[in-house]
Amino acid sequence: MTSLPESVDSKLGLVIDLDTCVGCHACVINCKEWNTGGYGSALSDGDAYGSDPLGAFLNRIHTYEVAGDSERSQIVHFPKSCLHCDDAPCVTVCPTGASFKRSEDGIVLVEENWCIGCGLCAWACPYGAREMDPGEGVMKKCTLCVDRIYNENLPEEDREPACVRACPANARHFGDLGDPESDVSRLVAERSGYDLMPEQGTRPVNKYLPPRPRRESDGISLDGLAEAERTGSDGFFGWLDRALERLG
Amino acid sequence: MKIFEYPAFNKSPKVSDEVRKTTCYMCACRCGIDVHLRDGKVRYIQGNRDHPINRGVICAKGSAGIMQQYSPARLRSPLKRVGPRGSGEFKEISWDEALETAVSWLKPIRETDPKRLAFFTGRDQSQSFTGWWAQQFGTPNYAAHGGFCSVNMAAAGIYTMGGSFWEFGQPDWERTRMLMLFGVAEDHDSNPIKTGLARLKERGAKIIAVNPVRTGYNAIADDWVGITPGTDGLFVLSLVHELLRSGKIDLEYLLRYTNAAHLVVVDDGGPRDGLLARGDDGEPLVWDRARGEAKCWKDCGIGAALSGKFEIGGGLTAIPAFELAAKKYLDSRYAPDNVEKATGIAAAKIRSIAAELAHAAFEQEIRLEQPWTDWRGERHEFMIGRPVSFHAMRGISAHSNGFQTCRAIHLLQLLLGSVECPGGFRFKPPYPKPVAAHPRPCAEHGPGRPMPGPHLGYPRGPEDLLVDDAGEPLRIDKAFSWDAPLSAHGMMHMVISNAAAGDPYGIDTLFLYMANMAWNSSMNSLGVLEMLERRDSSGEYVIPRIICADAYSSETVAYADLVLPDTTYLERHDCISLLDRPICEPDAAADAIRWPVVEPDRDVRGFQSVLIDIGARLGLPGLCKPDGSPAYADYADYMVTHQRKPGIGPLAGWRNSDESGSGRGSPNPNQLERYIENGGFWTSRVPDDALYFKPWNSAYQKWAVATGFYDEPTPYVFDLYLETLCKFRVAAQGHGARQPPDHLREQILDCFDPLPAWYPPFEDALGDGDEFPLHAVTQRPAAMYHSWGSHNAWLRQIHGDNLLYVPKEVMDAAKLDDGGWATVTSRHGKITVRVRRTAASNPRTLWTWNAIGKRKGAWALSPDAPESTNGFIVNHLIDELLPPRPNGMRWANSDPITGQAAWYDLRVRIEPASSGPASPQVPAQASPVGLGDGMLEYGKEWSE
Amino acid sequence: MHPAYSVIFFTVLSGAGFGFLSLLSVSDIVQRSLHSEFKLLCYGFGFVLATVGLFASMLHLRRPERAWRAFSQWRSSWLSREGVLAVAALAAAFLHAAFALVYGAYPVLTAIPVLLLSLATVYATGMIYAQLKTVARWNSKWTPTCFLGFSIAGGALLYATATSMAPQVQFSAGYPLYAMLALAAAWAAKSIWWKRGDSAKRISSAESATGLGGIGSVRLMESPHSGASYLTREMGYRVARKHARKLRMLAVLAGCAAPIALVFASIFVPGAVFWLSLASLSFFAGSIVERWLFFAESEHAMTAYY
Ligand SMILES: Nc1nc2c(c(=O)[nH]1)N[C@H]1C(S)=C(S)[C@@H](COP(=O)(O)OP(=O)(O)OC[C@H]3O[C@@H](n4cnc5c(=O)[nH]c(N)nc54)[C@H](O)[C@@H]3O)O[C@H]1N2
Ligand SMILES: Nc1nc2c(c(=O)[nH]1)N[C@H]1C(S)=C(S)[C@@H](COP(=O)(O)OP(=O)(O)OC[C@H]3O[C@@H](n4cnc5c(=O)[nH]c(N)nc54)[C@H](O)[C@@H]3O)O[C@H]1N2
Ligand code: SF4
Ligand code: SF4
Ligand code: SF4
Ligand code: SF4
Ligand code: SF4
Ligand SMILES: [Mo]
Repeated sequence: MTSLPESVDSKLGLVIDLDTCVGCHACVINCKEWNTGGYGSALSDGDAYGSDPLGAFLNRIHTYEVAGDSERSQIVHFPKSCLHCDDAPCVTVCPTGASFKRSEDGIVLVEENWCIGCGLCAWACPYGAREMDPGEGVMKKCTLCVDRIYNENLPEEDREPACVRACPANARHFGDLGDPESDVSRLVAERSGYDLMPEQGTRPVNKYLPPRPRRESDGISLDGLAEAERTGSDGFFGWLDRALERLG
Repeated sequence: MKIFEYPAFNKSPKVSDEVRKTTCYMCACRCGIDVHLRDGKVRYIQGNRDHPINRGVICAKGSAGIMQQYSPARLRSPLKRVGPRGSGEFKEISWDEALETAVSWLKPIRETDPKRLAFFTGRDQSQSFTGWWAQQFGTPNYAAHGGFCSVNMAAAGIYTMGGSFWEFGQPDWERTRMLMLFGVAEDHDSNPIKTGLARLKERGAKIIAVNPVRTGYNAIADDWVGITPGTDGLFVLSLVHELLRSGKIDLEYLLRYTNAAHLVVVDDGGPRDGLLARGDDGEPLVWDRARGEAKCWKDCGIGAALSGKFEIGGGLTAIPAFELAAKKYLDSRYAPDNVEKATGIAAAKIRSIAAELAHAAFEQEIRLEQPWTDWRGERHEFMIGRPVSFHAMRGISAHSNGFQTCRAIHLLQLLLGSVECPGGFRFKPPYPKPVAAHPRPCAEHGPGRPMPGPHLGYPRGPEDLLVDDAGEPLRIDKAFSWDAPLSAHGMMHMVISNAAAGDPYGIDTLFLYMANMAWNSSMNSLGVLEMLERRDSSGEYVIPRIICADAYSSETVAYADLVLPDTTYLERHDCISLLDRPICEPDAAADAIRWPVVEPDRDVRGFQSVLIDIGARLGLPGLCKPDGSPAYADYADYMVTHQRKPGIGPLAGWRNSDESGSGRGSPNPNQLERYIENGGFWTSRVPDDALYFKPWNSAYQKWAVATGFYDEPTPYVFDLYLETLCKFRVAAQGHGARQPPDHLREQILDCFDPLPAWYPPFEDALGDGDEFPLHAVTQRPAAMYHSWGSHNAWLRQIHGDNLLYVPKEVMDAAKLDDGGWATVTSRHGKITVRVRRTAASNPRTLWTWNAIGKRKGAWALSPDAPESTNGFIVNHLIDELLPPRPNGMRWANSDPITGQAAWYDLRVRIEPASSGPASPQVPAQASPVGLGDGMLEYGKEWSE
Repeated sequence: MHPAYSVIFFTVLSGAGFGFLSLLSVSDIVQRSLHSEFKLLCYGFGFVLATVGLFASMLHLRRPERAWRAFSQWRSSWLSREGVLAVAALAAAFLHAAFALVYGAYPVLTAIPVLLLSLATVYATGMIYAQLKTVARWNSKWTPTCFLGFSIAGGALLYATATSMAPQVQFSAGYPLYAMLALAAAWAAKSIWWKRGDSAKRISSAESATGLGGIGSVRLMESPHSGASYLTREMGYRVARKHARKLRMLAVLAGCAAPIALVFASIFVPGAVFWLSLASLSFFAGSIVERWLFFAESEHAMTAYY
């Protein structure tokens, strides 16, 4: 139960490409709308039209300034949802067994009917990936759209997480990270995908692809490209005449 | 034990009862959406995979459609004002009473002086219908929001190339190797740009973003150029300087496809100075190098001269336009070292970007094995591509030099030969469409009769201005007057101030549709509120009547005397028409519909249907049958049966009774069903040999005629040299019958350069730069659409208030606290806001998200909502007029050529402030729809 | 971390309750009985204190009606263990007291489980926090040590107070002295905990949290939401350092210095009941401040994202 499964058959998860994420929040809201009528209770919003709105979301976008070049910083948009950790501390701390990791696919879920809303799992998660539902008082987290990815009522091509399907910038990829041959594993290998907070020992399944290094200049110079004739003494218009002659 | 066994959960839960495919309108991008319905309610909205615009993806706003559909801010019934203007006190009335009231106000206007109705529409996407209605009514005072939005882009694009950035063209996402993005945060092509950028990333193409701020698209660019606002023209012309200097230009392209070779008359100060030399048939002349004679441009392609001074008969001397251009831009004024300071871009960087452009265009040339034939009948075995593309939007257009800056970018594109070629910038049908194929603006009006032509168009010269014999503007917004001769989209931002001042005349009724003019789309918002409330000596409002058609309880609704409540976008028919702002792709013509996928649960009606009803009640021609009965039952009926020209209607798909017609054909009563079956849209692919070089490609021209875009093939060349501007200059020099007022002569001579030019934004030129050393701009947040989203429970949690981002240097110099309060002062006003430190912007530019701040009580939000206490708009700092000049005259804060509102010319200074809330605060308006309350648990009934 | 009052009261009250129960049981083990009926009262008081604390903890649950489920995961979850142990400890105390009520004697055999289970419960409470790698201040063996220390100190104070009230018992300086020792030990542990906590490096930073450290320093530019969220409320709470210093002084004054002085007074100044009761109250007040700081000063790894 709240012990982690000894092994998982597959490791389904997300690969997030920080190089292309434009921070548009599409994945955030699409996740919300899918999940508010999907697995578990509605994702409610407290004080929805008031001074202090507070709703449950399973996915959030942070925006960071990263001081790369000395003068101006770079901006990185950073989506974050549950990483479906292999060593998920949120699971083992749960007193009720509501929090569990599936042995079939490694998805970490909350059985909401068991959850007492103690919040300990959220304390145990280093990533801030769990949010208490303000209305239902149960713990909410990314389900990896477990009610989509196997859903026979959806066309095959739509059996992927809502956030992945929504993302306009193709910054989210879904697949089996346990299978080194899968597209997502290849992507991780090619682009040096990495873990968040490795020091926490959670062994997250989700991976992040780093922003590609900025390409300030490709080292091309106009002088290198400029045609020899341009150095002629008759200046631009001399060059022009010769160039036109060549054209015919 | 069972109770400790995980209950099996359903991995295949039912998703919905039904999926209805329609078009999103959470913003103007107009993606296709699949609306999942369950128990008659919206369960889920996702992108339509087949749709040409979004191919299945969707954005945050689109996904939040559910919360828009069930928002507490929805208007519930027609309203009649009972309290003073702005109070928000209303009485609910019936539709009969509402319509009768509207008719009783409008009828006398039409019968006596139709121009006393000013009908202005904001984010309207049925302009071909609303404009046509206004034309039938007979008022010259109609326009949509383009004038304060991006008319600079539209006008510069159309006048230069017969097509523009905005949403009328796009980079060849599949083939471009290098993209330069100027001043874009989000844009109308919201999803297409994002999917496009992702495709460039996949292919390893290079993206260079030019923007004072580094968020969003700019954040993922390979290179970021943090330019000083308003100086892009200078930067671009410096690139031009470098490319010319090194001979990295596409001469063949210039000769074949532009007017570079057209001869410009030299007539120092004379009436023909700068005009094109033309033959007897009126066609421009070029100089045939081989024969040594002037010839019609059509008869001489690559054999024309690009430099030299030629006697062309009649005692005239002329020079190819290109020589004028080359001489101008080779001047050391544009050398990288000399623009470095003004633009804030290092000279070395400018040189390296020029080199990269040249490299991508000429060393990475594309050769598509696709033969095509040009309009001269010449067959080309390949389509040669210069895989460099550009896109630009409001960072360029929202400046008083935006028209010329946009022209400069187009010039750069033309020199590189990268428009309408593989890998370059491509038009979306029905573009390209040269100025010649556009109407001229019309303001001819009189009691009880329709106008003979459309309101908006493209003037060819002073003769097309809408001014009376005394030179006074005919339109209330002064569009197409000497103030803004090429204001192709009208000047909506001037309507209220002009009407309140009775300048050029007073009006009787202001009719606003889908525009929040009492708040975020006005400059000087507080002043505008005062104008709307202003009374004359007899106690009457100076704008006697205001009708507002909106779907939500906006700030503007509170100022209406009569409110016509619209449906939501999921509850009505709409038409995304080729006659309007279509959703085409470069590869395909496309149009789409909206249809009621959910039934309204309130006493509301689709506005276009209401307008049809009012039109019929007024007896407007076109809206009534000869016997006086209504011509159209409702908008859906209009969409199907209206014909603008024989065979051409609002919808292009499945025309004719056998449904064979694409573009042209007779009305088909089953047309809407066909659209619905097809997912709400229609597309027609451009033939392969017509995909590129559209303005000159005979296959494209043929296809375009067949589809109804042109009546006959209309090949043309791009206007690197824009003669139209010169005509205004010549007039300003005192030639011709139509003369500008004296106070504008100098400005016209300065700014109406027929070759792209750069002059400092007007606010910069005021010369008190030390007092207002900083620039302030706004950006579109991806997850909010203007003022539409604050009543959206989900979106407002992302952008419930906003901060002013302040560069670290300014923070330190002004001793501001991160997260603390500050006062920002402009020449016009003062606001108090919270600030946030940043090192990811131009060091002299402050910025914030646009339109987040709200007036208390609006949008059904509680009056202490963060939108009102912490949120702010910078509009309070911007005035529609610049400060008086020494002679007491005040110039409009807009582009002198197009009248485009110069939002981003704003100059400010900043000082610490002790505390909030954000100011200025406007006292709360009462909410006619009550306030939204409490805990929302949407979808609760479907949880298992 | 957000200092939730239910949790603060729970840990302080039930800690003291179990501490008192354990000292009562120790006295039974070493056969230093108070007057039998008075002792029953004492057991009752300890029982009530621990139970009130447990109920206070229920206030923290959003779905208390399902609290019974929390007994199921004792194999992996310290919170579940705490629940199981608490109930077991209370049951043991109840049995022990019931035996005394019926037979008038406090057998060692039933006292030993009370002692072990009470201390184990407090240890488990401490471990709920100590196990969390995400909160560097908590993630230490000193956390359960402090919980045990405070529990025993509280218990000892209550026990001394009880002896001062107990009929037929000559009040002696011994119990106050034990209480003073326990107090000193508890605060010594706490000061080590504080010291460790102050220098405990957060193992995660914005750089490791985002993995962007290789590019440069990382700073939040825009939060995912303009208002609050459950996460920022729950984990984002952090008391200002200056404020924390003052509160620490207050905690030490009220929870350590004052009780020790008052206990000392009880030995020499007449009115031991008064002095010792005051000492206990003061200790509780100090503990509440201490416990408030336990949360408010602690930073969650997740805040690296904000
Ligand atoms: N400071 C600053 N100000 C700016 C700009 C800027 O960049 N900076 N940008 C300018 C630009 S480019 C623009 S386009 C304007 C936009 O400003 P506006 O054109 O005023 O647009 P919105 O704020 O979107 O308001 C439009 C109105 O449409 C209503 N509406 C929404 N949906 C419906 C519907 O289905 N039916 C009807 N009938 N009404 C509906 C909304 O309730 C709202 O009242 O703002 C301008 N103002
Ligand atoms: N999500 C969302 N999408 C929208 C809208 C919305 O409100 N929300 N509004 C729609 C409308 S009406 C419009 S008009 C479009 C506008 O779409 P955009 O053109 O993207 O308009 P802005 O957000 O105003 O962004 C202008 C950009 O120009 C930059 N900028 C300002 N001054 C300069 C300058 O001098 N030079 C350069 N190079 N850059 C500069 C700003 O930093 C900003 O990034 O978006 C449309 N799409
Ligand atoms: S990310 Fe957090 S909630 Fe998700 S499995 Fe890991 S520890 Fe648990
Ligand atoms: S909140 Fe629910 S899921 Fe989380 S630890 Fe408590 S019982 Fe388990
Ligand atoms: S996988 Fe599903 S639940 Fe998880 S973040 Fe994406 S949309 Fe939300
Ligand atoms: S939808 Fe894609 S691009 Fe947008 S924020 Fe999410 S991950 Fe980033
Ligand atoms: S981009 Fe605009 S039209 Fe497309 S899904 Fe988003 S809100 Fe809807
Ligand atoms: Mo706009």
